[in-house]
Amino acid sequence: MIKVIKPGMLTTIQDLGRTGYQKFGVVQSGAMDPFAHRIANLLVGNPENEAAIEITVTGPVLEFQTDALIAICGGRFHAYLNGKPIGLWRPVRVENGSELRIKQAETGCRAYLAVAGGFSVPTVLKSKSTYLRARIGGFQGRTLKAGDEIQVGMPGELSKQLQSLFEDGSLQASWSVSKTIMPDYGTFPTIRVIKGRHAELFTDESIQEFFRKPYRISRDSDRMGYRLEGPGLEFKRAQEMLSESVCFGTVQVPSGGQPIVLLADRQTTGGYSKIAQIAAVDLPLMAQLKLGDKVRFQEISLEEAQALYIDREKQIRLLKKSIFYQEKRRDTHAKH
Amino acid sequence: MLDYQLFPEGDCAVLIEAGKEISLENHRKVQTIVSLLENHFPKWMIEYIPAYTTVTVLYDPFKIYKQTSENPYIYVSRYLTQLLEKESAAPLRKPRVIDIPVCYGGEFGPDLEYVARVNRLTPEEVIHIHASGDYTVYMIGFAPGFPYIGGMPEEIAAPRKKTPRLRIPERSVGIAGKQTGIYPIETPGGWQIIGRTPLKLFLPEKDSPSLLNAGDKIRFQPVSAEEYKELEMMPS
Repeated sequence: MIKVIKPGMLTTIQDLGRTGYQKFGVVQSGAMDPFAHRIANLLVGNPENEAAIEITVTGPVLEFQTDALIAICGGRFHAYLNGKPIGLWRPVRVENGSELRIKQAETGCRAYLAVAGGFSVPTVLKSKSTYLRARIGGFQGRTLKAGDEIQVGMPGELSKQLQSLFEDGSLQASWSVSKTIMPDYGTFPTIRVIKGRHAELFTDESIQEFFRKPYRISRDSDRMGYRLEGPGLEFKRAQEMLSESVCFGTVQVPSGGQPIVLLADRQTTGGYSKIAQIAAVDLPLMAQLKLGDKVRFQEISLEEAQALYIDREKQIRLLKKSIFYQEKRRDTHAKH
Repeated sequence: MLDYQLFPEGDCAVLIEAGKEISLENHRKVQTIVSLLENHFPKWMIEYIPAYTTVTVLYDPFKIYKQTSENPYIYVSRYLTQLLEKESAAPLRKPRVIDIPVCYGGEFGPDLEYVARVNRLTPEEVIHIHASGDYTVYMIGFAPGFPYIGGMPEEIAAPRKKTPRLRIPERSVGIAGKQTGIYPIETPGGWQIIGRTPLKLFLPEKDSPSLLNAGDKIRFQPVSAEEYKELEMMPS
């Protein structure tokens, strides 16, 4: 069991979201940075879709009332186990009675704490993700509060194998995930997009501005979407749109002309013009931006975006293999 | 033959557009596409999102990559083109008719008087007109279980509030322009609220979590405050 001592700014339980219910208007939710979420799970031997704790801007203080294998992935947060700094993007061993303190992030604003075995919270519509507006999923449909006690699930076979990394008494793995396979996180990233199906409704000048000038993340940005501030976008002529689907990373433009990027807790359908769609591989870059950070958009083709997608998936599978290779190498070493 | 166009929606989705305006005919086309997708659900398909005149198919490009060397978007487009040729193969179900009891006015419908005033009607007339409409649920979207309903008589149309309310209680029935709708969960909103239904529209414990489905016909039935309370106590 893990006890919450201090909850942090906005700490929720998330898996990769609710799938198959958008036709009923049910919001997908799930990790804002699915890459960091998946890697955190892989590092502790969990299935990629297992629930993890999503940390936002300021992390929680947690007391472990169990031995555990954990990993923290995401923005550059400072994390301390019983006062000693621990690294991100690697497996870490936690002993019963330990205190984990996750402070603020130097860059980025979200991190995922995965625990071997995952979290035993009820599934709602086949997902453990918290959707705050409907008060469903996660821990009682809400953000974590001081005093909450979260049950940890039974670690699987892979998690048990990873325990051997720590037979020498070390606290954390000596290796971590290579930067080369991570998204290029930063406070002013260039985010690749595919033109949206309503792009031709905008004036040529507006389309040029959209791809040339930076946009800033403004107030009223949350898990549902980010409001951007920058060059106003103009339509060739006013047009009534019919509501239709929106996706994770859709960039839509209300009549005021300032774009909105839709994220994990987005509504399923919307009635604004879609100027662009963020390439799935660059969604983690967007989700890590915080108030005041800037972003620039770059157009790529659908073919490029899908090639990048396939490449990223291959790398994640390679990483998964190499995690267990690390463990095996140590294992063989110990036997000799 | 179904008349439609395909558009990429980023790298993981394709949108099928079967028309440009809200009509029962386009609604039926959408229903036909949905029933074809339900009956042919390949492994790479994640889910689909129907709307007024469109259906968006979400897919996993990596799963397609593992089974073919073809570009994923082109592969999905060809699959859908072949599927939609089967149009006549899937007969449409007869629509369900669902009665929605509504307690109009009072604390449940603080804007009933306003809707009556702007239309030079009495509150009773507004209730009568609202409850006698022939309504169709065109789509479910925006929020869990939220129905986009067509068919409200124009005599009771009313503009949205200039300043949206910060909290509209769940199950409120409202009017915005020529539309009527029901809020499944508490949200902020600018609709004119005329009543409340005791029925839950979002049922997260059920595998079919929306009380209403696209294609349903609905009828609003005025009920008294006492009847409302009794109905609210009944299990859904």
